Amino acid sequence: MEVARFWRENQSRYNMQGKKCGACGIVYFPPRDLCPKCRRESIGKMEKLKLSGKGKIISYTVVHDGLPAFSMQVPYTMAIIELEEGPKITGQIVDVKPDEVKIGTEVEAVFRKLGQEGECGVIHYGYKFVPKE
Amino acid sequence: MREVAIIGVGETKFGELWERSFRDLGIEAGFKAMEDAGIAGDDIDAMFVGNMSADRLIDQEHIAPLIADYSGFGERNLPSVRVEAANASGGIALSQAYMSVASSVHDIVVVGGAEKMMDVGEESAAEILASTADQEWEAVFGATLGSLYAMMARRHMNDFGTTKEQLASVAVKNHLNGSMNPDAQFQRAIKLEMALNAPMVADPLGVFDCAPLSDGAAAVILCPWEDAKKYTDSPVKILSCGQAGDYMALHDRPSLTRMDATIEASKKAYKYAGIGPNDIQLAEVHDAFSISEIMAIEDLGFFEKGKGGKATEDGETALNSKISVNTSGGLKAKGNPMGATGVGQAVEMTLQLRGEAGDRQVKDAEKGLIHNIGGTGSTCIVHILGRGN
Repeated sequence: MEVARFWRENQSRYNMQGKKCGACGIVYFPPRDLCPKCRRESIGKMEKLKLSGKGKIISYTVVHDGLPAFSMQVPYTMAIIELEEGPKITGQIVDVKPDEVKIGTEVEAVFRKLGQEGECGVIHYGYKFVPKE
Repeated sequence: MREVAIIGVGETKFGELWERSFRDLGIEAGFKAMEDAGIAGDDIDAMFVGNMSADRLIDQEHIAPLIADYSGFGERNLPSVRVEAANASGGIALSQAYMSVASSVHDIVVVGGAEKMMDVGEESAAEILASTADQEWEAVFGATLGSLYAMMARRHMNDFGTTKEQLASVAVKNHLNGSMNPDAQFQRAIKLEMALNAPMVADPLGVFDCAPLSDGAAAVILCPWEDAKKYTDSPVKILSCGQAGDYMALHDRPSLTRMDATIEASKKAYKYAGIGPNDIQLAEVHDAFSISEIMAIEDLGFFEKGKGGKATEDGETALNSKISVNTSGGLKAKGNPMGATGVGQAVEMTLQLRGEAGDRQVKDAEKGLIHNIGGTGSTCIVHILGRGN
């Protein structure tokens, strides 16, 4: 992925910054400029909101046939997490044995390396999740 | 709106076709369909081509005029359009062509679908497939397309008690059907144990829960229903089409265990055709993964939500049972050449409704449904076809 393309999203990938609809109160992550529930009503009312990064797993999988950029990590665990503030989010679950991950497991976001551009290119950072202490 | 007929169909074999190029495949399917319809190039008004990713798979943009040119239409200045909707590219090409004939913009139209996946390695193909989900917020964190479907499967198992055996029974049925289809990539029946013991792709989905990478092309010829008898004694009627969309990323949808795009698209298709799921004898559904067939037969209204796995295990979707599902072998056994897949479904359904499906023929097939999905369910297109006369 090109450097600028990743850099543009850093606010959200580094800080888990989402948006809250000023009309209905629903929180979105990644940020949206339009609330799909309120549409026109929400224009200009989408407020930035930093998310806690805490939530619980609603489904997960252990990936054996991974993407090339993640080939050194297989098998790795992916999950969809429902955050405390409401939005659901896709991320890796790390620092845990795959068989200890369950639907309902409480997790929190940590700041980790996601990948890098080739041998000596830019390193991409963002969130992954670990079981809550 | 005019009623629309399918008057000719053709397809290549699906599979690892190392010796054939993208244009070879597209031309073969198109010629077969024109031969089948008994029409000449001069009769054709336009061409629609379903294709997911020629740009990344064969480094070629602008493939519609390429196929039209090498099909002999260069001198005729034929209009041609490429249609992209991930794995639903072929189904959407069909619906666009259907609308162009129904609305009297065109009379006779070729709908093609083609994909050449084997010219890139498996890893590149996996990246390209993952990009049919949300690249920025799913794939970038390591999600493959298979891993997203695996999370649907996990949740379906959790909520409804669906088992790995039930998932595997989708593959067993589709391989059996594929063994009777000379165009199928895999023409060998398999045993349940073989599917269950296969290596994991994304737990709980193993190799046999996932459709293969394939090369292939398919084509159908459409014309106004009132003119169909000029070309064929056995025209098939397109009774309706319904398309729906959804949130791009799986995590943004309200449920992991149903596809609202399928529910909404099929509601429209049933309404326009004036029928319901009980009037359908056979269906080609989008089994890119075993769980997607189970969810499809529920969301299309053939079985109650949560009962799709049990119904499959009990043989209710086998050939000539309650409803014959994926008689062609489906994406799993017939193969899944992305842009060709949805058009290939129309080829199979036309053969079935004409009574020309050989050993896999469904008895008294009157009405059939074809169901094609893009990404993880952000595009769905459903067509209902009926026997002419």
